[in-house]
Amino acid sequence: MKIIVCIKQVPDTKGGVKFNPDGTLDRAAMLAIMNPDDKAGLEAALRLKDQYGAEVTVLTMGLPKAADVLREALAMGADKAVLVTDRVLGGADTWATSTTIAGAIRKLQQTDKYDLIITGRQAIDGDTAQVGPQIAEHLGYPVISYAQDIKVEGDKVIVQRQYDDRYHVLEAQMPCLITALAELNEPRYMTPGGIFDACAAEVLTMGRADLVDVEDGNLGLNGSPTKIAKASDKVRKGAGEKVTPDSPEDAVAYIVGKLAEKHVI
Amino acid sequence: MKMTEEQIAQYKGVFVFAQQVDNEVSGIAYELLGKAKELAQPLDAQVTAVLIGSGVANLVDSLAQYGADRVIVVDDPELKEYRTEPYAHALASVINEFKPEIVLVGATAIGRDLGPTVSARVATGLTADCTVLEIGDFPLVAIPGQTQKHNQLLMTRPAFGGNTIATIACPDNRPQMATVRPGVMQKIEPVAGAKAEVVNYNPGFTPNNRYVTIKEVVKAVGDTVDIMDAKVLVSGGRGVGSPENFKILEDLAKVLGGEVSCSRAVVDSGWKPKDLQVGQTGKTVRPHLYFAIGISGAIQHVAGMEESDIIVAINKDEDAPIFDVADYGIVGDLNKIVPQLTEALKKAIAEK
Repeated sequence: MKIIVCIKQVPDTKGGVKFNPDGTLDRAAMLAIMNPDDKAGLEAALRLKDQYGAEVTVLTMGLPKAADVLREALAMGADKAVLVTDRVLGGADTWATSTTIAGAIRKLQQTDKYDLIITGRQAIDGDTAQVGPQIAEHLGYPVISYAQDIKVEGDKVIVQRQYDDRYHVLEAQMPCLITALAELNEPRYMTPGGIFDACAAEVLTMGRADLVDVEDGNLGLNGSPTKIAKASDKVRKGAGEKVTPDSPEDAVAYIVGKLAEKHVI
Repeated sequence: MKMTEEQIAQYKGVFVFAQQVDNEVSGIAYELLGKAKELAQPLDAQVTAVLIGSGVANLVDSLAQYGADRVIVVDDPELKEYRTEPYAHALASVINEFKPEIVLVGATAIGRDLGPTVSARVATGLTADCTVLEIGDFPLVAIPGQTQKHNQLLMTRPAFGGNTIATIACPDNRPQMATVRPGVMQKIEPVAGAKAEVVNYNPGFTPNNRYVTIKEVVKAVGDTVDIMDAKVLVSGGRGVGSPENFKILEDLAKVLGGEVSCSRAVVDSGWKPKDLQVGQTGKTVRPHLYFAIGISGAIQHVAGMEESDIIVAINKDEDAPIFDVADYGIVGDLNKIVPQLTEALKKAIAEK
């Protein structure tokens, strides 16, 4: 079986978020990482590879430097990597992004038969959770979002789909698209041999001309139905007081005093 | 894929996807109706709830009481449990038939699957997790040589883990679609005896490759406390150390009449169920008092609780980012402070 995993390079917002003195975000101080939900999706694919001997292709859309996450994925054990990059694709919203990725997957489907597309549920920069289901819609595949467990039985996938207060065990016909939750698994580390091979591995690069069945009017900033009216870094209300009491008793007295001051107690 | 002005002019009215689960209307549906009523005023438009399910006709009146002028009911046995395909077909068909200018969907585990699928099917934009929705001009300020469109839906949302804010419009396509997380918008006081016009509509459901089979439904058992309703939340992170040690947080919550919630790390470790998780991938809460105990304050967490009135953080790491949003930050050992705090509060409350 053949699997495509869509991954995204995102700024690391976890823990290492730094603010400028005016309360805005210091982007330059943040690292670029593989989006956590996507990494869980990749791990799920690699486990299917371990189990069933699947071939795993990772695909990303972005600037040329997004190839870094593809190499990381190769070092973890992915077999092939595809970078979709083109100036005309820039500024895409989720509609234009999913249109682009669907066009790239159609191109790959021309020479190979892919059974499963896995994406992360959402990326930590945009947090929309839209691109996965929209790719499935463009391709006419069934979609299962929020997967917390994935199994393959013949030409079907059996997936635990998470909801707020329950989960459903769903069976879908492949080809099918699944969006993965970070809690799906604990992604493996890159291996030294994998890193060595990944540096030498070839990354297939696609541009606008390679996308299949895609109209120009649906690509990039111009093809994006949503338009930004204004954007700003959020200025936080800022830190209040921070104290380091000498003893737990002092700490307790401080908290009780503040809660009384605010009429909470 | 831009629509012409003639096409756009055909789209009228504010629609709400009235989510129901097990034939019970979800709170988000009422919250969205409240917002839809507000948006409908400057547009001089009608508010329509789209109710999709099987045997759900009895839910119509409650939707009317919370602000729906009209309810479009799509009732079919295929729609008993939520599945992407029959629901997407239902909602997309309603949009194509009735042509609303705005469609609001809850940013729930259902809506965040249904919304993107439907928006792609009807070829329009979708803005996720909006915190402010208003009617205004796009562009905001008239630009010479460019038409400024009026009466547009302006959708404001946080991005980048809540660190940036963007206001987004969908000027050239209809409907304008937005999702909103539960707890963000206000429902109206229900109007007793209110009635809505009811329209039954069934586009027909023919299973195809996109219909998945539900083999099993596994409901979470045990207490289903809704942390979004709590006035006081005592929230614990990985720093609490163990699932057993959450006892000291529970004791504190009890004294204050609050509930215990947690960070994503705690859910990932299997210490607490997902429905107690606060944050970008959990729930958005805004209690009067929020304790962040042993929570470092990853931005995903902060995005879900920073609107709380009073935030008290206890953490042994003085550089923990949670202190950047706390009103009162205490650097210290939670194991020593929390039990003593519980006792002190118990005493202070008893003396009142």
